[in-house]
Amino acid sequence: MVETEPRVAGERTSFADELARRRYLESTGRRRFVRFWVDFVRQRPLGTAGAILIIVMLLAAAFANVIAPYDPTAINFPDLLKPPSPQHLLGADNFGRDVFSRVVFGSRTALLVGFSASLVGCTCGLVLGVVGAYLGGRTDQIIQRLMDVLLSFPLIVIAIAVVAALGTGEDKIANVIAAITVPIVPRVARVVRSSALSVVQMPYIEATRSVGAGAIRIMFRHVAPNVFAPYLIMLTAFLGQAILLEASLSFLGLGVFEPTPSWGLMLRGAGMQFLEQAPWLAIAPGVAISMAVFGFNLFGDSLRDALDPRLRTG
Amino acid sequence: MRRYIVGRLLLMIPTLIGVAILTFVIMRAVPGDIVALRYAGSSVPQEVIDQERHILGLDKPMWAQFVDWMTSISHLDLGQSLWTGHSVVEEVQVRMPLSIELAILATLFAVALAIPLGVVAAVKQDSLVDYAIRVFSIGGLAMPSFWIGIMMVLITLTLWGWAPPVVFTPLFDDPVANLAGLILPAVAVGYRYSAVSMRMTRSTVLEVLREDYVRTARAKGLRETIVVVRHALRNALLPVVTVVSLEFAFLIGGLVVTEQVFNLNGIGKLLVDAVAHRDYPLIQALVLLLASVFVLVNFVVDLVYVVLDPRIRYS
Repeated sequence: MVETEPRVAGERTSFADELARRRYLESTGRRRFVRFWVDFVRQRPLGTAGAILIIVMLLAAAFANVIAPYDPTAINFPDLLKPPSPQHLLGADNFGRDVFSRVVFGSRTALLVGFSASLVGCTCGLVLGVVGAYLGGRTDQIIQRLMDVLLSFPLIVIAIAVVAALGTGEDKIANVIAAITVPIVPRVARVVRSSALSVVQMPYIEATRSVGAGAIRIMFRHVAPNVFAPYLIMLTAFLGQAILLEASLSFLGLGVFEPTPSWGLMLRGAGMQFLEQAPWLAIAPGVAISMAVFGFNLFGDSLRDALDPRLRTG
Repeated sequence: MRRYIVGRLLLMIPTLIGVAILTFVIMRAVPGDIVALRYAGSSVPQEVIDQERHILGLDKPMWAQFVDWMTSISHLDLGQSLWTGHSVVEEVQVRMPLSIELAILATLFAVALAIPLGVVAAVKQDSLVDYAIRVFSIGGLAMPSFWIGIMMVLITLTLWGWAPPVVFTPLFDDPVANLAGLILPAVAVGYRYSAVSMRMTRSTVLEVLREDYVRTARAKGLRETIVVVRHALRNALLPVVTVVSLEFAFLIGGLVVTEQVFNLNGIGKLLVDAVAHRDYPLIQALVLLLASVFVLVNFVVDLVYVVLDPRIRYS
């Protein structure tokens, strides 16, 4: 985002001039940012729909205690398996807990796991990809082989292994996040590396090197910002995937534990057991998972088209 | 070309060894072993437990256990399940037909859905049809396949009072009963995986439709269907083949959750049970098997590329 106007040689800039210049640059930067999103909303209805879903989910998570009419963990046996009604918008589960409140609070778990896992995973992938591409040679080979090892583990298997190794429990949400982070790393590292390989060849990298910049400075100040588009795209794509994975793991009993409200967990227990008797128990959390992932996928897809039309969908 | 093939095959070895080491170490890092699990809650004297560990070889240092395992693998001996006592090969053999059949059915369904939809979406780019198809496919990616499965069971149950049979019938005993058991999981999984192939088909067909030879075909006065199917689609299929084959490799062991929902006794369930029992030989063999399938399919796909597209040369 650095835009420099051609300056007349020898011109002396006063402090005020400098300030004005900076303010101008900032305003254009901001204007460009706004312009980007205005265009995005105008040209990409699907992406905008996705963004709206994401915003709804963020609001639900932020104001869960205001929106939810009941405590999501409050057990109330008289309401056992009550069908949807004005008292319980989405019915009540086998402990008489309000399903709507649990779905609303479940968005916190989903977002927490989704954001942390994809942020950490993608950032590790970014670092490994950039380091591999820039240093090349043996370092690159070692990183690539390690990533191959992680890649050839089926996604769910590696998640199961990490959760099994670190243990599960009520307050062990960090382990679930770690389990989901691991499979993300090699996938991101691969994509980032291939983008970084072409960046490394650029003359400006050569120039930076000739000025005497160190390897670390070049990698993180010059190479990394130029592979930011694929990074951002992967980040939104894996956000949805991480939410799905959390649901799958919780469904298998390897993720979040009761009484934490989690969508996958809601499907696991009562959702399966009372499928015929109380189908709302299975429908509501499933719809919540689908809408959340749907939102991130739609948004990520359009963001990819907007940022980098050359990248192909996988 | 021969050098390329040999090189690729050799590169698989460090990957698989890495997988072996990682599985081995991770599983040993998991607290509790099979002996502890088996006697959990009962008051068995420590000597019995120690003796049991000694028989199973679990009291040896970790490196010695690893060397033992590697030596037996080099004799093509995968060992025995610690939990059931059957040989690992036997355990896998019982489940493999189901997992492979399910993977094939799901892939067939996915391809049958993905290619026509992808082509239509590309031909009608940015039209309402294109948007509808894309939403349909992104929806497939967004819904967990196990949930699609649950919903399908719910629908067939409430509408027709039909639920898939609880017991699995092998294909050759009774094909109808076999299909009845597998059709819902195959559709649930296939729909999800069709999404990826459909998007791939759409984007490659879009790319190919801009090529000169497509313009030439149109200029010759060929009908649009022929241009799309014979000139565009055939050239666009290559990346689709990759995606479909990689998905297939994943489907064999990756259907852990779907198998759980439909109560299918496949490889995925075997793996989850093995992890729960800390059945080291079985876990190690399974992960190694799945990783080998994945690596091999990857390699075969690259070779198929050369056959399908004479422009690609590996050196």
